[in-house]
Amino acid sequence: MTDRDETFDKVARLIAPFNKKGVTVADDTTFAGDLEWDSLTVMDFVAGIEDEFDILITMNMQAEIETVGQLVDAVEELRAG
Amino acid sequence: MSDSLETADDAPPPPEVDRPRDLFSKFDPLIAEREALLATGVRDPFAIVMEKVTSPTEAVIQGRKTILLGTYNYMGMTFDPDVVAAGKKALDEFGSGTTGSRVLNGTYDPHRDVEAALRDFYGTEHAIVFSTGYQANLGMISTLAGKGDYIILDADSHASIYDGCWLGNAEIVRFRHNSVEDLDRRLARLPREAGKLVVLEGVYSMLGDVAPLPEMIAAAKKHGAMILVDEAHGMGFFGGHGRGVYEEQGVEDQVDFVVGTFSKSVGTVGGFCVSNHPKFEVLRLVCRPYVFTASLPPSVVATAATSIRKLMHAGAKRAHLWENSRRLHQGLRELGFTLGTQEAQSAIIAVVLPSQEQAVSLWQGLLERGLYVNLARPPATPAGMFLLRCSLCAEHSSEQVGEILTMFASAGRATGCIA
Repeated sequence: MTDRDETFDKVARLIAPFNKKGVTVADDTTFAGDLEWDSLTVMDFVAGIEDEFDILITMNMQAEIETVGQLVDAVEELRAG
Repeated sequence: MSDSLETADDAPPPPEVDRPRDLFSKFDPLIAEREALLATGVRDPFAIVMEKVTSPTEAVIQGRKTILLGTYNYMGMTFDPDVVAAGKKALDEFGSGTTGSRVLNGTYDPHRDVEAALRDFYGTEHAIVFSTGYQANLGMISTLAGKGDYIILDADSHASIYDGCWLGNAEIVRFRHNSVEDLDRRLARLPREAGKLVVLEGVYSMLGDVAPLPEMIAAAKKHGAMILVDEAHGMGFFGGHGRGVYEEQGVEDQVDFVVGTFSKSVGTVGGFCVSNHPKFEVLRLVCRPYVFTASLPPSVVATAATSIRKLMHAGAKRAHLWENSRRLHQGLRELGFTLGTQEAQSAIIAVVLPSQEQAVSLWQGLLERGLYVNLARPPATPAGMFLLRCSLCAEHSSEQVGEILTMFASAGRATGCIA
């Protein structure tokens, strides 16, 4: 299992409690379209991701992230940095 | 036409032109939701017209005498005879408007005077006046935090704070509403050497709850951040001098910037920031929402200056406003309404309703009985709540508060909001 796979699994675990429609989570799953999250759900979820990985995802970065894959890549980058 | 027909064979084919996409189509869901709501026969909650305003607490709406309980006119200064007289005098002496920026032809004697009144009221070295409270936040936040700096804001911050963040080039980080721990944890993850601005509000206007400023400020100071507190809903009746929640909670010497508005307790329109920072005056040259807009009309700043000076000695009014707020909170609670806070923390009492339909029907029931309150809905509200927001005025009489409770009881039962 690569580091990225591990990060993906952790992200997917944190998505689960907010995945009300039971969408299958893949790299190209979108937060707004597929998961239908509103801004409040995003806020709660992002706070969870930040605490899990001990990183900060600024609102500027959040505005650029649309898919689960992009988030996993961003988390990997922030942990390396 | 004939020329073009003759040369048609030689002419290149006309370029394909896409039909313009209607930029309004993104609003279709909202338009449909509104139409469905209005089709049920309710009045449009966002299209109220005050035909006459007879005092800070009463108006005529659709021919009916109505008690106003959603104005933010906390200290009831809008009809104060001294305030009105000051405005009329300035209108006579300085005309209807300045037609110019503060940094060009738009600074008159009354503009300097209102900034002097603010310095006296807050006991600060500096005061800068903007054309609205919204612009005060836009200007201060976007100018203070530049590229590479960080703004750390509460998730329930007012739209003007969010918009101030987006107008600038700083990195934006938000923390859970009023959570000291969440703020501290996020600050700890920021680069130590980066510039940081923590933005807080004394009173959060949707639920009327107050921030734990001493704890939040201690966390911000620990991580080397500067602190801006928006006291829009605190000015006039919190603290010994009416400066706001930060005065009441004893952290006056630890706040770097206080932002406020003239459109609530002061009773007119305009925004401001006060500070003791030694370089503060440079803002007049670099703050775009200050520079690139016309200054307030002289009559407006003259009314503001008079009102601010009177608010310095308004202890009795403050006490009455608190009495009104506590009584309304307790009365509504006893009637069985769900409220935004356990106790009255400010002059805003928010009634929480489970759905838009119930909120609108109670709102309309109150209006039909002669009471106006604010209807608030997502995305302005936290956690997707539908609220009827009541804000009290120091000029509400005890009898009026009694009438208000009677109307809430009757409308609440008629609409099934309470048993």
